[in-house]
Amino acid sequence: MRHIVTREAAPAPIGQAVPRRDGVAKVTGAATYATDVSLPGLAHAKILRSPYPHARIVSIDTSAARAHPGVIAVVTADDLGDVELIYGHAVADHPLIAVHKVRFAGEPIVGVVAEDAATAQEALALVAIDYEPLPFVTDVELALAPGAPVIHERPGEQRAHRGFTEDIERTAPNICSTSHQHWGDIDAAFRDAAIVVDGEYRYPICYAYAMEPYTAVASWSEGALTVWTSAQHPYMVRDDLAHCFRLPLSAVRVIVPYVGGGYGSKSYTKIEPLTAALALRAGRPVRLALSVDEAILTTRGDGARVRIASAFDAEGHLLGRRATILLDTGGYAENSPLVARKAANRIGGPYRIPALDVTCSAVYTNTAPASSFRGFGAPQVTFAGESQMDEAAERLGLDPLELRRRNVLAPGERPWGKARGIDADVRADLALAAEELGWDDAPTAGHGRAICVSASDAGSEPVTTALVRVHSDGSVTVTAGSTEIGQGSSTVLAQIAAGEMAVPLDRVHLMQSDTAAVSYDRSTGASRTTTLMGLAIQRAARDARDQLVAWAREAIAADGQTVEEVRDGVLVDGQHRDWGELVRAWFGGESGEVVGRGYLRQAGPTKEMPPFWEIGCIGIEASVDEETGQIQVGRLVTVGDVGCAINPQLVESQDVGAAIMGFGMAMREELVYEDGNLMNGNLVDYRVPRAGDIPPLRTVVVERGDGVGAYGAKGGGEGSLNPVAAAIANAVYRAAGIRLRAAPFTPERVWTALQARDRDRRPAGEPVRESERVGG
Amino acid sequence: MELRVDVNGTPRTLRIEPRETIADVVRDRLGLTGTKISCDAQVCGACTVLVDGLAVSGCTFLAADAEGRRVQTVEGLASDGVLSPLQQAFIDHAAFQCGFCTSGMLMAGTALLTENPAPTRDDVVGGLEGNLCRCTGYAPIVEAVLQAAGQGTRRTAAAPAGGDGRGQPAGVDR
Repeated sequence: MRHIVTREAAPAPIGQAVPRRDGVAKVTGAATYATDVSLPGLAHAKILRSPYPHARIVSIDTSAARAHPGVIAVVTADDLGDVELIYGHAVADHPLIAVHKVRFAGEPIVGVVAEDAATAQEALALVAIDYEPLPFVTDVELALAPGAPVIHERPGEQRAHRGFTEDIERTAPNICSTSHQHWGDIDAAFRDAAIVVDGEYRYPICYAYAMEPYTAVASWSEGALTVWTSAQHPYMVRDDLAHCFRLPLSAVRVIVPYVGGGYGSKSYTKIEPLTAALALRAGRPVRLALSVDEAILTTRGDGARVRIASAFDAEGHLLGRRATILLDTGGYAENSPLVARKAANRIGGPYRIPALDVTCSAVYTNTAPASSFRGFGAPQVTFAGESQMDEAAERLGLDPLELRRRNVLAPGERPWGKARGIDADVRADLALAAEELGWDDAPTAGHGRAICVSASDAGSEPVTTALVRVHSDGSVTVTAGSTEIGQGSSTVLAQIAAGEMAVPLDRVHLMQSDTAAVSYDRSTGASRTTTLMGLAIQRAARDARDQLVAWAREAIAADGQTVEEVRDGVLVDGQHRDWGELVRAWFGGESGEVVGRGYLRQAGPTKEMPPFWEIGCIGIEASVDEETGQIQVGRLVTVGDVGCAINPQLVESQDVGAAIMGFGMAMREELVYEDGNLMNGNLVDYRVPRAGDIPPLRTVVVERGDGVGAYGAKGGGEGSLNPVAAAIANAVYRAAGIRLRAAPFTPERVWTALQARDRDRRPAGEPVRESERVGG
Repeated sequence: MELRVDVNGTPRTLRIEPRETIADVVRDRLGLTGTKISCDAQVCGACTVLVDGLAVSGCTFLAADAEGRRVQTVEGLASDGVLSPLQQAFIDHAAFQCGFCTSGMLMAGTALLTENPAPTRDDVVGGLEGNLCRCTGYAPIVEAVLQAAGQGTRRTAAAPAGGDGRGQPAGVDR
């Protein structure tokens, strides 16, 4: 790793690559995940799912399943009259179990609870369902055509909170939501342009493959509900559970142990309401653990069609950009309305664009629901926008890196009117990527290079709280509602608390992700935790210190001695007293503690939105095997522009992981639907990168202290995914002269493009060889 | 049916169903939940355990076939509270994030190093092809196995940041 630090110094252990605090637990098998939770009397559930992509449920006969030995409960929507069945945080359209109609193949219809999972599975085969199949649609353009099957007869109730505040426009029956982003005189921009590049780009439906499939355990006791789950946002799950079961928020406790991968796919509510409903009817604690095949049918990423045109003047300055984006949202809204909003915001990239006009619609289809997935709209639109930058550079006869230099926003410059100015030096990031890639040296023949960038309005809504408790021995407990999903929050947040209180790291302990025991945090996503929870912890530490200094004046310096605050305590008339002494002195014994509170809202430094920009900057060198169409990536460069790397090893780890996830999606990953059914919904057919697939990597972490967070931190972990597909496509163009506008870049697609290139290059009159006709 | 098996050095006699896999038995009957199940189809390697020292997919290896054999799980890697060199190398290199693949990776890596104590980088990559990781991009895992083999760079924990640290140990450059 190349590591560049120009920010101001920060107190230890900030900036240190301390070992992960979850390390010993994770290498010894002691770390507990939702799948490992067991309770006395635990019963096990299995789910019967629709074989049809779109059908009315005429009748369900559960009598044989109910009579099966070992079965405790069989539950359909008709058994849940006392439960609010429909939930959804942006658009409430999602029944926790199908209500008389299914909208995708794989939708849950019946839940069976039994003494063990095998018995529940056996009983599923005894349920008889009479369906009336309906016409279905799995393609976004067909879904928008007149006469298309209508997937939701009534629009879902809009929930005007949690970051989704725009009006749903239902300009066609299958539109879930539409977002706009526009400024400037777009017609003038295109009228005055020296060149216009125009094209359509397609990004596939991808599957996050968190290795731990969705798992929940629900238990009712005296009217209160406790759920252990593999969720990223325990507080949002709590809110949906309270809604479904008409409970006060305080009667719902959501506990999230270690999470076996998230990447956005465990954002928001998934199987928790269904598990709680099954436990309610069973009268027993219930565990519902999905298989990977079922997890694929639960949440996937939004596929995208991006129709985009960019206008430039003769010197290569962007004048305007127009785009129409269709997201394949699947059968339910889930989080796609927010993905649509973010896709519209992010298509401009980190560029100065005088005029922009973007419309992005989330479109219902009869496929598994799409929702958050690492990058959140940015991978889809960055593929389009950054491909066009290289296409324009070629038309203008400019070096593509120089074209980007001419257009990137300067530090502090606002991408649009009300947005926070860019808190990054993107020009310098480009230069770092160019250095690591050897941009100025000609590549080997047959190799091509590309550098691509992205800018994401990240951080989500700044609604976050933290408590810092300093005990009578001076040790510290921090409570934070952020989840440890593998990103290292349990390490980084403890480092911030240790730095702020000036206590050794091994005397700081962190409590996370239990809505009854730790204070509120909106979510763990959008790269927000280090930045926003870090700020809340910093404020809570400040509050604790202020109280302790006041206690020193009251309990130790009551006779007018001087009290001076120092890093790790106070000096009373020059004599050092540590935090524990102050706690003990104020309470007048050996016990007690101080509780510091930190609140974060859209005010002060986090008033402007977004809270921070997350920059992605990727360099690629690639070549193509002309015989097979296989792309070889010879080098992958990441630049992690994170303001302050609280733990540089973890930043590098996030950047590499994100880039390789983007690499897998660009090269191979795609969920394929045919005849309404998912054709490759398992890990044999949906192949994710393996150890032998990984290209040579070079990583740069740069810290300029330019973020809003503690010590100038800002988030990471998504940026290095977003530009990867565009960078590979652009490098392949420069290597082989083929322009790839549909990801993934499978050997078949690349080979077909190579054949088309050769046909186009052939002089008129030259005969076409028979072998070249195939696949053209 | 009855199963007699040595698990992490402790002889066990268990009543099991014939359909149970070794992953079911260690997780559900012995409470050794460090072994994880992900794909449940012998693709991802998260459930890897050692049977007589050989790495197998616990999700598809019938427990009955472990009769009279030695089974080792991730819980058996550390001895007397001291981590194995490979476990320590995983911590040094942050060779995990979510940790769900880690037990399987450690067992596959342990089998690899037993069979080939001085592997090349290609040997390590090849030896880990049957284990998926979705978080790390594999680079730090490969480095960790090389370190445990005495060939990689010991990546010092708590190295302070500062300046243009090109001199830092190269974690993923290659």
